[in-house]
Amino acid sequence: MTTTQPAAPGPEVTGRPATEPAAEPFLSVRDLRVRFGTEDGVVKAVDGLSFDVARGRTLGIVGESGSGKSVANQAILGLHNPKATDITGQILLEGEDLVTARERRMEQLRGNKIAIIFQDPLTSLSPYHTVGQQIAEPFRKHRGAGRREARERAVEMLAKVGIPHPARRVDDYPHQFSGGMRQRVMIAMALVCDPDLLIADEPTTALDVTVQAQILDLLLELQQEFGSAIIMITHDLGVVSRVSDDILVMYAGRAVERGTVHDVLSRPQHPYTWGLLGSMPRLGGDVGKELVSIPGAPPSLLDPPSGCPFAPRCTFRDEVPDNLSCADDRPALPDGRGAACHLTGERRTVLFTERIRPRLL
Amino acid sequence: MLRFLLRRSLGALAILLLISAVTFFLFYAIPRNPALLACGKGVCTQEQLAVVEHNLGIDKPIPQQYWEYMVGIFAGREFPAGSCPAPCLGFSFRDNRPVLDTILDRLPTTLSLAAGGVVVFLVLGLGFGMVAAWRRGTLTDRTVSSTSLVLSSAQIYFLGPLALALLVYNNQILSQPGYFPITEGPGAWFAGLLLPWLVLSTIFTAQYTRLSRAALIEQLQEDHVRTARAKGMGRRTVFFRYAWRGSLIPIVTVLGIDMGSLIGGAMITEQTFALPGLGRLAVDSVTQSNLPMLMGVMLFAALMIVVFNIIVDACYALIDPRVRLA
Repeated sequence: MTTTQPAAPGPEVTGRPATEPAAEPFLSVRDLRVRFGTEDGVVKAVDGLSFDVARGRTLGIVGESGSGKSVANQAILGLHNPKATDITGQILLEGEDLVTARERRMEQLRGNKIAIIFQDPLTSLSPYHTVGQQIAEPFRKHRGAGRREARERAVEMLAKVGIPHPARRVDDYPHQFSGGMRQRVMIAMALVCDPDLLIADEPTTALDVTVQAQILDLLLELQQEFGSAIIMITHDLGVVSRVSDDILVMYAGRAVERGTVHDVLSRPQHPYTWGLLGSMPRLGGDVGKELVSIPGAPPSLLDPPSGCPFAPRCTFRDEVPDNLSCADDRPALPDGRGAACHLTGERRTVLFTERIRPRLL
Repeated sequence: MLRFLLRRSLGALAILLLISAVTFFLFYAIPRNPALLACGKGVCTQEQLAVVEHNLGIDKPIPQQYWEYMVGIFAGREFPAGSCPAPCLGFSFRDNRPVLDTILDRLPTTLSLAAGGVVVFLVLGLGFGMVAAWRRGTLTDRTVSSTSLVLSSAQIYFLGPLALALLVYNNQILSQPGYFPITEGPGAWFAGLLLPWLVLSTIFTAQYTRLSRAALIEQLQEDHVRTARAKGMGRRTVFFRYAWRGSLIPIVTVLGIDMGSLIGGAMITEQTFALPGLGRLAVDSVTQSNLPMLMGVMLFAALMIVVFNIIVDACYALIDPRVRLA
């Protein structure tokens, strides 16, 4: 996804200023499959996912609930119960495969080299420990710091994420903080060991809009300071356009489109991405204009369609060439910029410019 | 904290008052005359009976008796048979001494039994629960879980005589149960109460094993436990520092509810092992229609439950900081 040159700015993309594409991927996920055994059968939560993230870059992973974005990222951290989960493929962190890594090794990496920010800071922080203890804990474990040194670090981190009176608040419990402040605590905890990779799993979903913006700005600032790679998981295209360099669109456990923020948002190629864009209101748009939702619901992951998972909901499935069947043949996602769709590239360009784009403006 | 204790103490007082009134009036609902019992049926004449009734103080209207009883608690009373200094819980005509003296004689037995039982079943129950949750799904877990399921229906009056026969009379593994004051030697006190403790706590141990296992397994699914793992904490740290702490909250809740059954269980245990505690005293008082003694025992049992409950509630604040500030 780093191969495509940024094109001329489109009308609705705000985005970040285009950064230089980085050289080699820091994290490389190859054909990742995550399956859970349940009473009803095997859930194929992630089904052949591949992507790369480079240092200092932000990858936005977009998709609706159940598309496998959180599951894939918890697999990177090795948080799934190994007894109930079957993980295949490769997750290469600087060449080291995390899928086959031992639990001991994963413990050394978690919170140290890879950190995660969860969606709901209230339930994700321990109610029984002060925020200082919770921030200091990974620092003590991974850096071997003493009690006092770790506490000073916790105060420093609280100050860095913009919590007023950090020296006093360090001894408070999470329930004594507001929602936005709690998420700042969560970020401080994730960044305490200067991780090289930060996974932000819908970090702003539980927060109100003004606080959302503050938290996103904070993440960007901290990324500049620490140079971490960020994976931003969200279902909110607004969030993605604000913070990401690249976008990966996921549907039913698979990646259906990828590209730079600019490419995906200004010239989307996959009908699912069109649907996502069409269902999103935009500032400056016509207030009276109807938002178009995607008809139908995502497929059951117990028994996903063998062909294109989006085909049952796709308005354009009759326009694919006759030699291809959306129901039987699985469309492949090309490396770099592209979409997993049987429609020809020309047809997609025509459909987008003539039928989709006028509706978006 | 001070306000909490004050509020709870006032509540406790109201509960005790209610219990005393119910016990008192309930007793007179039973068609039985203590005076008749005291001098033997068909032996006393009506005149003699009236004298006995007067001596027992049961010739007055019931509300007046209750009032005098309550006054006695704060001011003490004089009875024809002897004086009863405050706090006077009545005068027992059976053994011719104030009720309180007899109760205080018996209280250490029941307290030792109940307190020791709590310690035994908390240590064993939480311990087994932790082992089962830690090794969830393994043979160990299944053994612990199924054993606790069976034992949670092992009643004291069944288990007691069985254990006595097997462990004391036939095999001499444990010493003969009995109560020896701790002041006269902790060793004898411990040896004498060991079997009663084990028998009393068996059902509770089984129930707390299952409770603790379930609570731990639930806690291990919590978001904040996942966060702890995501920080790189080892399995042991995650289990003990995060999951175990939260699992204590439902346990403390049930512990508060179980205090009544514990006192009840202690009384049955006393009866089973012939220990001179409040339980036997209560049973004897009922069969002898000894109202003052029964009242005293009831009030003391209620007092113990209320005090235990206040302690249990204070434990919430220790475990969960959210309760501390609310």
